Amino acid sequence: MISFRNASLSFGEKKVLDNFSLDIEASGATCFSGPSGSGKTTLFRVIAGLIPLQGGDFSSPYKKPALMFQEDRLLPWLTALQNVSAVLPEGDTASALRWLDEVGLKNERGAYPSELSGGMRRRLALARALAYGGDLLLLDEPFKGLDKALVLQMASIITSQSAPSLIVTHSADEIELLGGRAVYFEGPPLRVISEFPHRAP
Amino acid sequence: MTTSITRSKASGAAKKIFSALFWIALWYFAALIVGQELIIPTPLAVAKTLASLSSQTLFWQAAGLSLLRIFTGCVAGILLGVLLAVLTSRFELMDSLFSPIIRIVRATPVASFIILALLWINHSAVPAFMATLMVVPIVWGSMRTAIEETDRDLLEMARAYGFGKLGTVKLVYIPSALPAFASACSTSIGLAWKSGIAAEVLCLPRLSVGTYLYYSKIYLETPALFSWTIVVILLSFLLEKSFGFLLRKRGRKYDKL
Repeated sequence: MISFRNASLSFGEKKVLDNFSLDIEASGATCFSGPSGSGKTTLFRVIAGLIPLQGGDFSSPYKKPALMFQEDRLLPWLTALQNVSAVLPEGDTASALRWLDEVGLKNERGAYPSELSGGMRRRLALARALAYGGDLLLLDEPFKGLDKALVLQMASIITSQSAPSLIVTHSADEIELLGGRAVYFEGPPLRVISEFPHRAP
Repeated sequence: MTTSITRSKASGAAKKIFSALFWIALWYFAALIVGQELIIPTPLAVAKTLASLSSQTLFWQAAGLSLLRIFTGCVAGILLGVLLAVLTSRFELMDSLFSPIIRIVRATPVASFIILALLWINHSAVPAFMATLMVVPIVWGSMRTAIEETDRDLLEMARAYGFGKLGTVKLVYIPSALPAFASACSTSIGLAWKSGIAAEVLCLPRLSVGTYLYYSKIYLETPALFSWTIVVILLSFLLEKSFGFLLRKRGRKYDKL
């Protein structure tokens, strides 16, 4: 169980988390939804261990979370294949190729990010996150810029992973596609307004 | 496609030839108007002197040794500049220790350093030392800015995916700093030549381009002065092109940015 207790975190004057508490039983796919800028990405960065809380407690049983950022954050000087290989043990090109194939980018393995379309770059970032082999997938708007057919295909890949996933999305269709489990937020400071299916406190 | 590339290359070469001919013609007419070889020799006189010089073993020895001295100094300056950039951007103590000194070195006239170096170290080592001293601040400044301006998002990504220190340096810092490094090297080579030759003129090593430049001035051999200057320019170009070639070969994939 991922657990936040009375967590607080501010960036300058802006309070992103203020006495925030939440328990997430991560199994399968759980969607995080809410207005842009409410603090969902910050929550992901805390779960990924990239920023510490300034107050309160956070605990997670996951030791190796794989974070797909809201921006692609691909290395522009590496090819698609090299970008995926960068998160794999040295020399494991076969796995990198397999992940590229999975997201439909095998033919683009030699292309640099600048030579790919926005949707291709998004899929490449997803392939990298999946290839990392994390025990928890943190996917921040993974379907941004993808057409409907690709959203279906990528959602099916995500839900077939053994690792549980937390997914930020603004689309009700995508929540439905990913199984319907969702936590709705508002903020800042970040606050849970409802959970579906409803869970007793 | 191939035809258009060939045509564009041919047009570029034609422009370069035209430019060279224009400036040589201007030089020729200036020499004719002045009419004194002591002040401005004709291009033909300089070419004859250069041909005669290049048939002598001493000429090649002097050119080779100057090239070696300045190249050594330049490489040492580049390595030291990179090392100091890493240290001063990483450790505050190193920053407060070295940054003011490097800024002072950058602002100090070359001549002051040459004269001081003549008192401190062996004469023949002064040109290489001067090249190093002039190159360090250039490379340090560029590399320090490049390190500090490395994309924070990519660095955070490297942390998220556990690249480790070595992986982050190899996959993020080096590739992002490479364009700035190439540009700093190119500037440094020109500066290393200017300061290295100036040092040779003042400390007169036995076999050096600077020594021959000095003698040309003393004996009022203006065509020889022009010839040696042309040699310096050619050697500087040679070094700059070789460096540029090596960096382009290494960094071809970074052009995709």
